[in-house]
Amino acid sequence: MSILSVEGLGKTFGGLKALSSVSFSVRQGEIYGVIGPNGSGKTTLINCITGFIRPDEGKVSFRQAEITRWPAHKIARAGIARTFQLMRPFYSLPAYKNLVIPLWSPRARKEGGWRGGGKHGDRDTVAVDILEEIGFERDSRVPYKMASTLPTGYLKRLELARCLALRPEVIFCDEVFSGLSPSEVASMLPLIEKLKMEGITLIMVEHRLRELFKVADRVMALQFGEKIAEGHYKEVIEDRRVKESFLGSEKV
Amino acid sequence: MNEGPGRKERVDRGIKVRSDGIYAVSSSREMTYLAGPRILLIAVLLLLPLALEMAPYWKRVINILCVYALLAISFDFLANCVGLVCLGGAMFIGVGGYFAATFNVNLHMPVYLSIPSAAIAGAVVSTLLLLPCLSLRGVYFAIVTLMYPLLFTRVIEAFNILGGSNGITGLDSFPGQNPENYTIILILLAVLFGLRRLLNEDIGLVMHAVKDNDLSVRASGIDVARIKTLAVFIASFIGCLGGAYLAHLYMWAGLSLFALDFSIIPIAAVTIGGGGSLFGAIVGCSILVPLSEFLRVFGTFRIVLYCTILTGFIVFKSEGLMPYCTRKYQQFERWAKV
Repeated sequence: MSILSVEGLGKTFGGLKALSSVSFSVRQGEIYGVIGPNGSGKTTLINCITGFIRPDEGKVSFRQAEITRWPAHKIARAGIARTFQLMRPFYSLPAYKNLVIPLWSPRARKEGGWRGGGKHGDRDTVAVDILEEIGFERDSRVPYKMASTLPTGYLKRLELARCLALRPEVIFCDEVFSGLSPSEVASMLPLIEKLKMEGITLIMVEHRLRELFKVADRVMALQFGEKIAEGHYKEVIEDRRVKESFLGSEKV
Repeated sequence: MNEGPGRKERVDRGIKVRSDGIYAVSSSREMTYLAGPRILLIAVLLLLPLALEMAPYWKRVINILCVYALLAISFDFLANCVGLVCLGGAMFIGVGGYFAATFNVNLHMPVYLSIPSAAIAGAVVSTLLLLPCLSLRGVYFAIVTLMYPLLFTRVIEAFNILGGSNGITGLDSFPGQNPENYTIILILLAVLFGLRRLLNEDIGLVMHAVKDNDLSVRASGIDVARIKTLAVFIASFIGCLGGAYLAHLYMWAGLSLFALDFSIIPIAAVTIGGGGSLFGAIVGCSILVPLSEFLRVFGTFRIVLYCTILTGFIVFKSEGLMPYCTRKYQQFERWAKV
């Protein structure tokens, strides 16, 4: 059953067509990868779906309800969380206080954060629990450190933790692997698998194809804002247009 | 302190151990250490009118000081806790003052009813006026808020409403000089500690997060516009309280309530006192307002001295007095061998 479906989504910036009638649908509980060269509209796609940019045309439905042109906070409240490619934590707050913000949102107050915690106050404890779950060592001082002093690996995890605090059904991951060392990515992969086991649908925009293909059920390729291929990653990378867009065409 | 190779090292006094947001307090000495500065401030504010019993002129200066302190707190709260630079102090004072005048003169409300109702009514009006500009950021919001007091002045003059350029006269005064003093002092203390409590709650954290980066707040499912509206309402309520009080103090509400001083001096005070703590706003005002009274003997030369002192503070203690004192209080320095 599809949990999120996008039909004919289009967005133009001035004369530049960033997205032209992109359609796809994501099934509940799957990991859906989005790949494409720089400037192919991947982040614009996320921004249009999560309400940070208004699409010019098209329709986005979540659980059969149309959510096109909803403001970002309303979409987040409906259960669609997102990370930012360039991490945007609350730098002046300690790591665990970063999670108090989503835990305070109406959605988390009504239904609780991840696994239902923090419904009736005591958000600090729930925040540390979530951080531990996502790879911050509880007994170290890391969860209590200022976000501005954390290294990239932890900030990427913090972005995911902020999504989890919302108790989301869908998470859009905007390049969570970029900037991480191979060993950091290796420790991130089981985390992604774990989220899938919890029943969370993940849509992952990635440049690190090898790592993405280890976890993704289906992949879509974008080029110049158009969908050029979709399916299992083996089919997608064999597609002629995908090869051309990543490696260049054979004719010069 | 011995010179020689080494560097100054700052060490936290051991008392700052916290567990789960609650200070672990074990002895009366530690409790005094923590509550000391607060009690000092409360005691000084409450005893000041008694100490100045012989100097009625300076007792009136206290009133003005407290009104400026309210405005400075409201500015500090919006700028450093929510991230909106609001230069609308004059608007808050004016709107609050005119509401108090209308409520008292036309609706015959007694003083202690007209001040709170004027503050609420004024806050509603100010918030509604600022609502369209809440999506503006940084200097653009500041410009709009600076413009509103000028707009009010011209409108009142041009349409000759609300007493025109003469203002509204005949407001009830306070029953005596002590009630006059203590009304504003108690308002100030209530606002200060109430606001600090609010900022320590989770909603205060959310406001701080809006200042930090509003995109992530939106991604966290929180309506940023609503948080900002709430913050502006609180800030304008505080400002309008000051305005309503001032109108009753002067027994008059006129165009000078929209004077630019009410927008500018609070900012200078927060700069001197140091932003973010709200205490700094009061410290700044209690330096600037008496200073400007002392300098009266210099006549028009006053403004030159005033500016010199202000510049001195900004250049030599740009962090502000309050953060400096807090640091001295909570940490000690020692030389460490390298």
